[in-house]
Amino acid sequence: MAVAARKAGRAGSGAANKSTSTKGQVRKAAPNTPQFDKDQDLSAYNDMLLIRRFEEKSGQMYGMGLIGGFCHLYIGQEAVVVGMQMATREGDQVITGYRDHGHMLACGMDPKGVMAELTGRRGGLSKGKGGSMHMFSKEKHFYGGHGIVGAQVSLGTGLAFANHYRENGNVSLTYFGDGAANQGQVYESFNMAALWKLPVVYIIENNRYAMGTAVTRASAQTDFSKRGVSFGIPGEQVDGMDVRAVYAAAQRAIEHARTGKGPYILEMQTYRYRGHSMSDPAKYRTKDEVARMREEHDPIEQVRRRLLEGWKLSEDELKAIDSRVREIVNEAAEFATHDPEPDPSELYTDILL
Amino acid sequence: MAIDILMPALSPTMEQGKLAKWLKKEGDKVKPGDVLAEIETDKATMEVEAIDEGVLAKILVSDGTDNVAVNTPIAVLAGEGEDVSAAASSARAPAAPAPEAQPAPTPDMQAEGLAQRPAPDGIQGTDVTPVAEPAAPAVITNRTTHDAMAEIPEGTEMVTMTVREALRDAMAEEMRKDGNVFVMGEEVAEYQGAYKVTQGLLQEFGPKRVVDTPITEHGFAGVGVGAAFTGLRPIVEFMTFNFAMQAIDQIINSAAKTLYMSGGQLGAPIVFRGPNGAAARVAAQHSQDFSAWYSNVPGLKVIAPYSASDAKGLLKSAIRDPNPVIFLENEILYGQSFPVPKLDDFTVPIGKARIHREGKDVTIVSFSIGMTYALKAAQELEKEGIQAEVIDLRTIRPMDTDTIVASVMKTGRCVTVEEGYPQSGVGAEIAARIMEHAFDYLDAPVIRVTGKDVPMPYAANLEKLALPTVAEVVQAAKAVCYR
Repeated sequence: MAVAARKAGRAGSGAANKSTSTKGQVRKAAPNTPQFDKDQDLSAYNDMLLIRRFEEKSGQMYGMGLIGGFCHLYIGQEAVVVGMQMATREGDQVITGYRDHGHMLACGMDPKGVMAELTGRRGGLSKGKGGSMHMFSKEKHFYGGHGIVGAQVSLGTGLAFANHYRENGNVSLTYFGDGAANQGQVYESFNMAALWKLPVVYIIENNRYAMGTAVTRASAQTDFSKRGVSFGIPGEQVDGMDVRAVYAAAQRAIEHARTGKGPYILEMQTYRYRGHSMSDPAKYRTKDEVARMREEHDPIEQVRRRLLEGWKLSEDELKAIDSRVREIVNEAAEFATHDPEPDPSELYTDILL
Repeated sequence: MAIDILMPALSPTMEQGKLAKWLKKEGDKVKPGDVLAEIETDKATMEVEAIDEGVLAKILVSDGTDNVAVNTPIAVLAGEGEDVSAAASSARAPAAPAPEAQPAPTPDMQAEGLAQRPAPDGIQGTDVTPVAEPAAPAVITNRTTHDAMAEIPEGTEMVTMTVREALRDAMAEEMRKDGNVFVMGEEVAEYQGAYKVTQGLLQEFGPKRVVDTPITEHGFAGVGVGAAFTGLRPIVEFMTFNFAMQAIDQIINSAAKTLYMSGGQLGAPIVFRGPNGAAARVAAQHSQDFSAWYSNVPGLKVIAPYSASDAKGLLKSAIRDPNPVIFLENEILYGQSFPVPKLDDFTVPIGKARIHREGKDVTIVSFSIGMTYALKAAQELEKEGIQAEVIDLRTIRPMDTDTIVASVMKTGRCVTVEEGYPQSGVGAEIAARIMEHAFDYLDAPVIRVTGKDVPMPYAANLEKLALPTVAEVVQAAKAVCYR
C-alpha cells in the first residue's frame, strides 16, 4: 500500500508535471487541459475501447494457446496513441517498439489482419511471418513493430530524415518506452534530429516499468521530458491517462515539428495494467498499485464518465458502442482462429526482392 | 653536418606522393616547426615541417613532382655554422621519381593482378618476389576475355582509374540518375571522404544529398534504414567496417529482416559501404575482415570487389538493388589502378563470380584483396607448370556456387584465399559447397588459405605473419596437386 501511494504520488511531485494528480486522488484535468466536444469524446472512446477489447481478447487467445511467443498488451495506455493520432494528418508516420497492437489499431489497420498475425496465420498483416512485434502498413504509414529496444528511435528519426529530404511536411511520431529511453542510440538520434531540425515527435511512453524495473531503479533522470535538454529539444510531461491532455500536447509538438523547428519530446505518464508480457511474475509492484490506477485513472473510464455525465448519453447508447466494438474484435478473433497457417512455400519468400 | 629532409609518409599504406609545393626557398633560414612544403597523395594532403634548425641549402625535388617515393631525400638542410654551399654540394643527385607502383594497366584483364600492399609477399625463407610484369599467359585466356566481354562489349574503350575513382564515379552517376540516392556518413562531405572516396560529391550534389554525420554509427545506420523504408536510397558510408560493429544491430535486425517480417510489404533499399579488412599497421581493432559475418545473414547481399571495373559496376548495381547491400571495399586496393570500360552506364551483375584466369590443374577461389595473392600465386605456379584457374567471387552472398563447382569439376582441386579468420570463414563455406555439389570430382581435400586465427598484431613482422602470403597459396596449390 505504501509502495502504491509513493508510486502514484511520484508523477505528481514533478515540478514540470502538467497534470495535477496528487497522492491517491483522482487525477483532474489541469485548468489548461482542453475540453473535447462530444464527437471527439465519442471518437476517443470508441478508439480506446477497440484497443482495450482487442487486447483483452489477445490475452484470452494467448491463454488458449492460439498466440505464441511474446505478446505485450497495451491495456491501460490507450489514451496515449489515441490522443496522438487525433492530432495527426494524412502522411504522418508512426513507428514504435514491441508493444504495438494499439498503435496499429489506432492507425486504422485491420483488426482481423492484426489478430491473424498474432496467431501466425496467412491472413496476418505480415502473412504470419512477423508476429506480435512485427507488423507494418505502408498504406497507413505504420513502420512497425520493432523488437530491439530503442532501434525504432533511430529508424523513426530516419523517417523524419526522409520527410525533410522530400520536403513533404509530414511528421514522424516515434514511440518508445521509459526503458528504451536509456539506450545510447536514442541520444545519437536526438543529436541528429536537433542538428538537422528533423520533423519528429519523440513520444516516451513512461509506464513506470521497463519489464520489471521501476524507472527509479533504472534512470538517473526520471523526468524524461528533460532527456533532450542538452540537445536543445523541448519536452513536456503529459498526463498520458487523459486523452485530452495527450491531444493538446500532441498538437503543440506536431506543430513544432511540422513548422521546421525540429524535434519535440513528449513524456506520456501512463501505466500498463497487465504484465510486461504474458509471462510476467508481477512481483515488482503490488496489486494495490495496479488496482488504484485502474480505479482512479483509467483513460477509458474518464471519457465514459464525460459521455454519461457531460454529454448525457444513456447507458444503452454506450452499450451499443461496446457491442459494436466487441463484434469487431470477435470477428477478428474468429478469423484469426480459422484462417490457415502460411503455406510452407512462404518459408523462402520475402527474403530478397 | 648537412641533414637530409626525407619525403614523409602520410599513412602506413603510402608508398609515394606528390611534392605539391615548396613554401621555403633555397637559402631560407628555417626553425623547427616551420612548414617547408606541402605534399599530397590521392588520399590526403599534408604539410612537411622542419624538425631541425638551419638553412635550406638545396631543394632536391622540385614543386609539382609526382610519384616521389617515401623516404627519398627532398632537400638538404645546412646545420648551424655549416657552410651552405658545401652542404648543398654534398647533396646526392636529385632523386628520380619513384617508378610507378605498378605498370600502367592495359585492357588485358590479366594485368589486374598487380596491386601491392607494402611487402605482401611470403614468410621468411619462402619469399616470393612479386612479379612486376604479368607473365605471358601460357594457357587459354579466351575464357577470361569472353567472360569480361559478357559485361563489356567488344571494342569498348578502356580508361585507367583507381578503385577509389571508380567508386566515386559509380555514386556520382547513380546520384545524377536518381534524386532518391544520397550518401551519408562521417566526413563524406566537407572533408571529401576519410579515404577520399566521396571526393567532389558535395560540390556536385550539395549538402542535402551528401550528408556529414556525427560520429554515431549506430544512430546514422538506423536513420539510413528508416529513410530507406520510405523508398529513399541511402548510401551509408562507414569510415571502416570495423566501426560498423556499433551499427550491426540496425544492419541485421532492421535492414536485413524487415522485408521478411513484413511479409514483403516493406524493405530497405540501402547500401552500406566502406573499407573492410586489414589496411597496414593499424592493429587489431582496425583490421578485421567482415565478409563472413555479413554473408551469414539472409536478407543481405554482400559484395567484395577486387578490380576498379567491378567496384564501379557492382556499386552501381548495389545502389539500384531494392535490397540492403553490404559493399566491402579495401583500403589497400583504393589506390590501385585498373582498366575500366568507358561506357555511359556500365553495371556488373550481383551474384556472378568471374573467372579471372583460366587453368586446368587447380581452382583458386578468392575475392577482394585476396585476389592479389591468388593472382601472384597463379603466376608462380605457372613457372612450375601448374595451370591455376583463378575465380574472383566478387559477390560473397548470394554466392555463385555454379561457377566454383564447374571449375572444380574441371580441375578436381581447390584452394580458397581470404584475409579473414579461418573458422566459419568464406573459405569454409566454399569447401562445404564443393563437398555438397562436387565431392566425387575432388582429387584432394580443399585447402583454405586465410588470415591467421589471431587478432591483428601491430608489429610489422607479426602483421606479415598474420596475413596470408603468396607462398602459402603456392604451397597449398601444390599440396592439392600432390606436388
